[in-house]
Amino acid sequence: MAQLAAATRLSSLRATPGLRERVDLPRRMVFIAASSMVAVVALLLVFITWQGLQLFLVNGVPVDQILSSTWQPDPANGQVIFGLLPFIAGTVFVTVVALAISTPLSVGLALFLSEVAPRWARAIVQPALEIFVGIPSVVWGWLGITILVPFLHSTFGEDIVVSLPLAGEVLRVPGFLTGFSWMAGALVLSIMILPTITSVSYDSFRAVPQELRTGSLALGTTRWQAIRHILVPAALPGVLTAVVLGMTRAAGEALAVQMVIGNSPSLPGAITQPLTTLTSQITMDMGNTVPGEPWQNALWTMSLVLLAISITSVVLVRLINKRRDAR
Amino acid sequence: MLNGTRRIGALAIAAAMLAGACSSAGASPTPAPTATPAPTVAVSPSAMDSAAPATSAPAAAPTVNCVAGTITAAGSTALQPLVDAAAKQYVAACPGSTVTVNGGGSGTGLSQVAQGAVQIGNSDVTAESKLATPDAAKLIDHIVAKQGWIVVTNKDVTVTNLTTQQEIDIWTGKTTNWKDVGGPDKKIVLIFRPASSGTRSTFKKIVLGGKTEATGGQTLTEDSNGAVTTAVGSTSGAVSVIGFAYYNDPANKAKLNGLQLDGVDATVANMTGGTYKLSADGHMYTSGQPSGLTAAFLDYMMSPAIQGTLIPSLFYAPVK
Repeated sequence: MAQLAAATRLSSLRATPGLRERVDLPRRMVFIAASSMVAVVALLLVFITWQGLQLFLVNGVPVDQILSSTWQPDPANGQVIFGLLPFIAGTVFVTVVALAISTPLSVGLALFLSEVAPRWARAIVQPALEIFVGIPSVVWGWLGITILVPFLHSTFGEDIVVSLPLAGEVLRVPGFLTGFSWMAGALVLSIMILPTITSVSYDSFRAVPQELRTGSLALGTTRWQAIRHILVPAALPGVLTAVVLGMTRAAGEALAVQMVIGNSPSLPGAITQPLTTLTSQITMDMGNTVPGEPWQNALWTMSLVLLAISITSVVLVRLINKRRDAR
Repeated sequence: MLNGTRRIGALAIAAAMLAGACSSAGASPTPAPTATPAPTVAVSPSAMDSAAPATSAPAAAPTVNCVAGTITAAGSTALQPLVDAAAKQYVAACPGSTVTVNGGGSGTGLSQVAQGAVQIGNSDVTAESKLATPDAAKLIDHIVAKQGWIVVTNKDVTVTNLTTQQEIDIWTGKTTNWKDVGGPDKKIVLIFRPASSGTRSTFKKIVLGGKTEATGGQTLTEDSNGAVTTAVGSTSGAVSVIGFAYYNDPANKAKLNGLQLDGVDATVANMTGGTYKLSADGHMYTSGQPSGLTAAFLDYMMSPAIQGTLIPSLFYAPVK
């Protein structure tokens, strides 16, 4: 009945003059909104690329110098060297360890939610995950600095030495002298990216057609066999997308990591030692340097590297999905 | 479903980029000479209301030269507590004026005042040491206070004094255990400020004589007085440098062990007298000769209400 009323109203509208304008105006507004977003992204890409290249174009720093491991930006020390390798390596290493911790947990949690959990358990876990997403990064950093860092230091402060009879000492891992470390950064990040990976992989598990499950069970497989041989392969592109999204989030996170990682601009040594990342170095130096200075231009180059990382991951996600769609 | 989530992810990335762009674009030059001189030298309002002006609150001292208008100061976080408190007093005495004080770091303060985005740029270091010569030459320096820093350690380090030579050995990585300078058998954990910070460059110049600090291994870098205080307070054997104002906050003082430098106590009196050397001038830069509210506020910074009362109470040293 209501539909019919709406239809008559529509037909009477169609008769009125000026309808075209009225329909077109919202369309135009939406179009302007969408295109301005694209324009902002395009301008950003151009701006950051331009700023990031200043170090080479204006300050005359050779491009291969950024692969040096020496970060010596202060002109007061004499020769300046803008080696970005410690920061790039730091970002990559922290992200890799965070993913290694978080991926099995998140994918397992997603599988549990989608395949195993009874309805009431899902009703508890899903809101909990949403709350997880909403917790600001500074809170994670704060928890890290007040609980995790002292815990690592007081519990694993001593060097771990593996000794064999006859051979003597074969392995020595330095303990957490301070607690501020690669490990602390990776742990904080792994908690922060857990909801991202979980929810995206959960969606991809749910997207697997129900017939595949029932068919598999009808052939007499156990639930585990159905998961292992049918569900996981079918949902794999989605899970990979989830991991890449988690990776992007981890590489771009600044505040929480900066608070617990120690910010030592050196190449990664042991997992118990301080490290630094691109993002934390940018936030620490940007307020104290001035535009045009080679030092600040080096920070822009770091942003360009970060941008490259996030573009790469977006392309990766697209490729993965294209493959899935093609199948 | 999956597609929807992916799109949200892409939107989030775009939003984050946008936020980043806004904060950097905020430095765009917008000359805002909004300060307009009042026709006459106004007397503070409370003095006009009351028959006996001498008993009015110290914030409304009768010597305040009130000018209406709006100005912004930005820069050094070390100087920020002082400028902020002075601005509050000035605005309380002069209702027609607005003085906004932002942080951002010395580099931000200097570049923004050079671009005309703010009227006053606060800095721990001289403009010449940061900006290119043509920019630095435009700026006029107003030294308003002296600020001091103190070397602090975790409570478990029982050392009370370090000489300049011991500091050099510790910060360049030559001395790595507190027992070598008369303390307990504990590894020294160096907690730096970022290399670009005013605190770090002042310490390096005055105490280390420009020598290059140790890097790598177990050295940490924390980017604010608050983060340094937390890290030193919770890390066994840690040593760092913080501003007087932060050290003298009772909550921080309880967590830290403040050291003498060459046997001199880190006090405002010793800094004023010149015997405590880890101190530097607090600069407030203007682009060209200040006028209107900017000039009036800078004059107020040099008045007895600030130099005699506010500055010592916030653990800075007066320059007049």
